[in-house]
Amino acid sequence: MRILVVEDDHEVAEYLKNGLEESGYKVDYAANGHDGLYMATSENYDLLIVDRMLPGLDGLALIKALRAAGRQVPVLVLSALGEVDDRVQGLRAGSDDYLTKPFSFSELLARIEALLRRGSIGSDVVTELKVADLEMDLLSRTVHRAGQEIDLQPREFRLLEYFMRHAGQVLTRTMLLEKVWDYHFDPQTNVIDVHVSRLRAKIDKNFDKPLIHTIRGAGYILREAD
Amino acid sequence: MKLTKLLRTSTFQLALVYMTLFATSVFILLGFIYWATAGYMARQTDETIEAEIQGLAEQYQRQGLEGLISVIHERTAKNIDGSSVYLFTSQDGQYLAGNLLAWPDAEIKEGWISFYLDERVAKPRGGDSHLVRGRVFRTEGGMRLLVGRDVHNLMEVQELVSRALTWGMGVTVALAFAGGLFMSRSTLKRIESINQTSREIMKGDLSRRIPTRGSGDDFDQLAENLNAMLEQIEVLMEGVRHVSNNIAHDLRTPLTRLRNRLENMQSHTHDPLQAQESITQALLEADRILQTFNALLRISRIESGGFQRPNQKVSLKELVADAAELYEALALDKEQTFDVDLHSDVEILGDRDLLFQALANLLDNAIKYTPERGHIKVWLERGAKARLVVSDSGVGVPSAERDKVFERFYRVDKDRSTLGNGLGLSLVKAVVELHRGRIWLEDNDPGLRVVLELPYA
Repeated sequence: MRILVVEDDHEVAEYLKNGLEESGYKVDYAANGHDGLYMATSENYDLLIVDRMLPGLDGLALIKALRAAGRQVPVLVLSALGEVDDRVQGLRAGSDDYLTKPFSFSELLARIEALLRRGSIGSDVVTELKVADLEMDLLSRTVHRAGQEIDLQPREFRLLEYFMRHAGQVLTRTMLLEKVWDYHFDPQTNVIDVHVSRLRAKIDKNFDKPLIHTIRGAGYILREAD
Repeated sequence: MKLTKLLRTSTFQLALVYMTLFATSVFILLGFIYWATAGYMARQTDETIEAEIQGLAEQYQRQGLEGLISVIHERTAKNIDGSSVYLFTSQDGQYLAGNLLAWPDAEIKEGWISFYLDERVAKPRGGDSHLVRGRVFRTEGGMRLLVGRDVHNLMEVQELVSRALTWGMGVTVALAFAGGLFMSRSTLKRIESINQTSREIMKGDLSRRIPTRGSGDDFDQLAENLNAMLEQIEVLMEGVRHVSNNIAHDLRTPLTRLRNRLENMQSHTHDPLQAQESITQALLEADRILQTFNALLRISRIESGGFQRPNQKVSLKELVADAAELYEALALDKEQTFDVDLHSDVEILGDRDLLFQALANLLDNAIKYTPERGHIKVWLERGAKARLVVSDSGVGVPSAERDKVFERFYRVDKDRSTLGNGLGLSLVKAVVELHRGRIWLEDNDPGLRVVLELPYA
């Protein structure tokens, strides 16, 4: 997987490059918008990480130019701004996700993974999701584990659906809030943990192998084995 | 007070303008009086002379030379005080009749003349030489007749009047000048007191106030406004000091903890498990500090208008339902009852993420400060404006502190034992005010009731 980082702050760029390479990605780096746009259009990357404020061509203009050239590569915008109106602008310009500095690396990794995965799933309409012995029917909106029906509240259903669609991927609390509750805000407390533990109580408690696992300092993951 | 300073005051300059205007009108008025009195007398004299010449000319025509001479003799004889002057001469200037001895001027002019009665032309009468105004008339035979009047008294009257007018003028100007000085002096004194206070304030004594006279005049109003402004500045300054003190306090604790963890790591490099634990804790600590900073920045950004006025249509019912659903789980964990009453839907113009954040903060607080098995309630009301109320059965907030809780870092429990950064309600208030709403606290008896009032879409 090849990632292009367009970032003018050398230290941040170095931190991203090292971290991403440790996680197994091949990383190229451009220090300004013009170089970034040139590299993004001349090479084939799987993902772009673009800083919002760049010398020369700013991040949003770069994305617009890229989209105008017909490139559908997923783009994640990094920004020191990070208020809601900025986020809306960023998404409107054609980026796929938006992350505010300072961010934790695990949050970035989780989001990169989600973006890359989304690209590979394609746009097939899925009516059924299955992880190990956990099954979800999206049409009848029912969930079974080991043949036993599990009764879920609507929000719990959406939460589990998001987990199952991203099985094997680390999901951060912020991602869950944004995708399942669809609000961008800072919950101050562990409110997401409470919801996840309630979901866990329903799908894991009476079964041998737990499916939802806590990843310390990052978030949660739904997968078969530990 | 220096005179130059006094003269430069706007009051004095205004007084000067008034003085000029006043002096001009006085000048015009006095000029008219002069024209109407002294001028009238002079015109009267001229008319008399004219009439007399007319009469004498008629005499001459009717009775010839002899007749004229006899009339002149008659008149001079009647004229004891010598106020009338006559002289009649032949073609070659020979005296024929009259009370003058000779022509006053060497050259004989015709028309209006003025001359002094000196020894050459008249018999001496003692005292000042009198001025005469007269007219020379030429008869058909080339003879000349001079008829005049002694205008000595008239001149005296004229002089009297003009002297009185000049003095009047002078007194007017002097009074205006003095009045201007007096008025500017009192103005200057009050402005000086404002200046004095300003200088003291600039030196750093922000508690100083401008003295007022209590008369409620313009200056008192100015002073009161300035004092009110100073009051506000002092409160704001106090707020800034308070905030920076609190920032220092509130960040020192987590930064110290962070430092301790890092130090701990340094000395435990041989124990990877413990080092790992320290790193995790240190990261959590750093995250908390960043969270506080982000919240601070967010509040000031909302307050300073960094946000454009939110204009999406937001259904409060939907928003409250979502937030309640999210936070109900927390309340149930503490075995609190959590009631949501949303029978009326309310739409407002706003930013749904910011409103959600505000609501999340309120619900989080309510749950946090209410003991187990307490009661939380959220509801919407429709009135003149939309109302959103969050009530709890917790410890509440003493009424004296109900305004202060919106200040940054203000916390009711001073020991800072509970989690939180003291910014939650400040953010809520900033969001509410961005939406042109109001927020206040009420007693829920027991517990606290937070009321948000927002204008409809």
